Amino acid sequence: MFESIDALERAFRDELYVAERGLSTSTFLALKLGRPLFLEGEAGVGKTEVAKVLARALRTELIRLQCYEGLDVHQAVYEWNYSRQMLHVRLLEARGDAPKEAELFGPDFLLERPLLRAIRARGPVPPVLLVDEVDRSDEEFEAFLLEVLSDFQVTIPEIGTVRAERPPVVVVTSNRTRDVHDALKRRCLYHWIDYPSLENELAIVMAKLPDAPERLARQVTAFVQELRRAELYKRPGVAETLDWAAALLALDRRTLDATVVDETLGVILKYQDDLQRVRGPFARSIHDRVQAAT
Amino acid sequence: MTGLASNLLLFGRVLRGLGLDVSPGRMRDLVVAVDHVGLARRADFRDAARCLLVHRHEDVPLFEAAFDAFWRKPAEGSTHLDLSALGEKRRFRRPRFGLPVAPLPESPPSDEAPQSPPPPPVLVPVLSPSAQEVLRHKDFAEMSAEEIEDVQAFVRQAAVGVDTYRTRRRRPGRRPFVDVRRTLRRSQRHGGEVLTWACLERRAKPRPLVVIADISGSMERYTRVLLLFMYGLAERGASRVEAFVFGTRLTRITRHLRGRDVERALTEVSRAVPDWSGGTRIGESLRAFNFDWGRRVLGRRPLVLVVSDGWERGEPSLLAEEAARLRRSCHRLVWLNPLLGAPDYQPLTQGMKAVLPHVDDFRPVHNLASLEDLGRHLLTLRGGAPGRRPLPSSRSLHA
Repeated sequence: MFESIDALERAFRDELYVAERGLSTSTFLALKLGRPLFLEGEAGVGKTEVAKVLARALRTELIRLQCYEGLDVHQAVYEWNYSRQMLHVRLLEARGDAPKEAELFGPDFLLERPLLRAIRARGPVPPVLLVDEVDRSDEEFEAFLLEVLSDFQVTIPEIGTVRAERPPVVVVTSNRTRDVHDALKRRCLYHWIDYPSLENELAIVMAKLPDAPERLARQVTAFVQELRRAELYKRPGVAETLDWAAALLALDRRTLDATVVDETLGVILKYQDDLQRVRGPFARSIHDRVQAAT
Repeated sequence: MTGLASNLLLFGRVLRGLGLDVSPGRMRDLVVAVDHVGLARRADFRDAARCLLVHRHEDVPLFEAAFDAFWRKPAEGSTHLDLSALGEKRRFRRPRFGLPVAPLPESPPSDEAPQSPPPPPVLVPVLSPSAQEVLRHKDFAEMSAEEIEDVQAFVRQAAVGVDTYRTRRRRPGRRPFVDVRRTLRRSQRHGGEVLTWACLERRAKPRPLVVIADISGSMERYTRVLLLFMYGLAERGASRVEAFVFGTRLTRITRHLRGRDVERALTEVSRAVPDWSGGTRIGESLRAFNFDWGRRVLGRRPLVLVVSDGWERGEPSLLAEEAARLRRSCHRLVWLNPLLGAPDYQPLTQGMKAVLPHVDDFRPVHNLASLEDLGRHLLTLRGGAPGRRPLPSSRSLHA
């Protein structure tokens, strides 16, 4: 674990993640207090990445539970391996033996799903459990998750109650496609990840794409930052900035120019309405301002 | 440390007073957190307090302001005044319910309107069938305050449901998925032979409703009744309701409706709207909805009801564009216009003309009868209503 916020920040940087101070503080406290970290923010600001980086920095396993509507216990916690059970029964019968029930519902036939895996993990460092996009699940699952997160134990009727030796480090993310219930958020440390500042975003691009010429990185970042100020249905996230820089690199561009901006705008804008608005004069005016500034 | 701890607790109480949802558990955590983070850096302390005490994005600015006002050097002057000023700001932003509220101002049309029969005290049981019939067809705008009260009481209890949609959650049923777990358990009764398949079906849930209602000028009365109607639905668990109102600016009132007092919530909201007589900007309000709320409340493909007479002060083209966008992202877009109740009404205003090609249903809401029709209509949408063309019957209602 990390002894200070600074240590955590350094570890994140070593893993090529540039976090603003507030996020480092929240993450540090989540670890110290043993509470889930609830991350909210627009798409593509690096919420999921926090969990991945945290797992790498802690040298532990990342267990990911991707949420969707209708997610249930069998997908989230455990399921019995029915086909294997049936096969086993048939094999025993062929040999003239009778199957024992305890054997059929033993560890050999148990399929661990992410939540159970996180609770049963017995490594030197507790794993990082990522509950991704919890807003996509429904209220039923949210209520169940709340229960698991409060005592880190689940009950399997055939086996009994399984309790976590040491609770996993939990990171919950949400894109706000609906409001997650306050009860769940109240259990967690809450942090809203905003779009990064110009300097931070530049640092992210430079860290992730070391091959990119600095001038190109600067232009791309400045362009996207300007674009975020416009009224768009979907503002480009950091992920889009990185994609765009990578795309320009692949096209062997050393600097931005108005033509290439128009040609590659689809990498950062994903709605037809937005593209129509930006392509042409508007993109050129941003481009000119960026050129003047860098 | 005790001095700091008591200050922390006081800070928590201040935040709670401002309407933030601060739990005692998190306050205890904060005391522990201060040990970990230290007080050397003010920004770290602020971050720590924020991630523990705030859990809604919209509360962050208020927290920041309260933090600045509370945690500062004594030399900088009195904090008390600033904090109470913050309270004012909060009430403006998000009305609270405990406050005494002045009675509603009577809207002028109802006072001037001729009232031939004296208004009866209670609506349903006491009324003779004919009087009930009269009230059913009386325009809300022409009703007296007492009549409106009766109607509201009635509307809140109206037993209406909404159509359902099939979720992805499964439950035991007839079709179409096999429940292996249950099948196997059953088979054990027959020595491991599978005789019958246990099945699962998709669970149905009431389709969520989103109401976007005009509260400018003459529309307020209709909106009030309709919101009560919706609130009644939400209260009985018949559907999940998200509610927004607009004059020139869009305001979300879902949380107020949960506060159990629609009347008071609406009064508070109408006070909070700054430019009351500035005219209606439907296009801009819909745009604000699409931008700021679309992704958050349209995820479950709800039924969207817009209540407005279509008197648009802004650009009709913007209104058309935003209405089209809204329709693309919801299950069904229903436009409710009280003027449609008038026998000679034609949707000729520029706003209405711009919107009509993009709505699925165009219906009146001016009296109880039309509200009942609406209720029935919401129910008949059961089963998906795949065509999505405006129903001819709903258009010809005014004829």
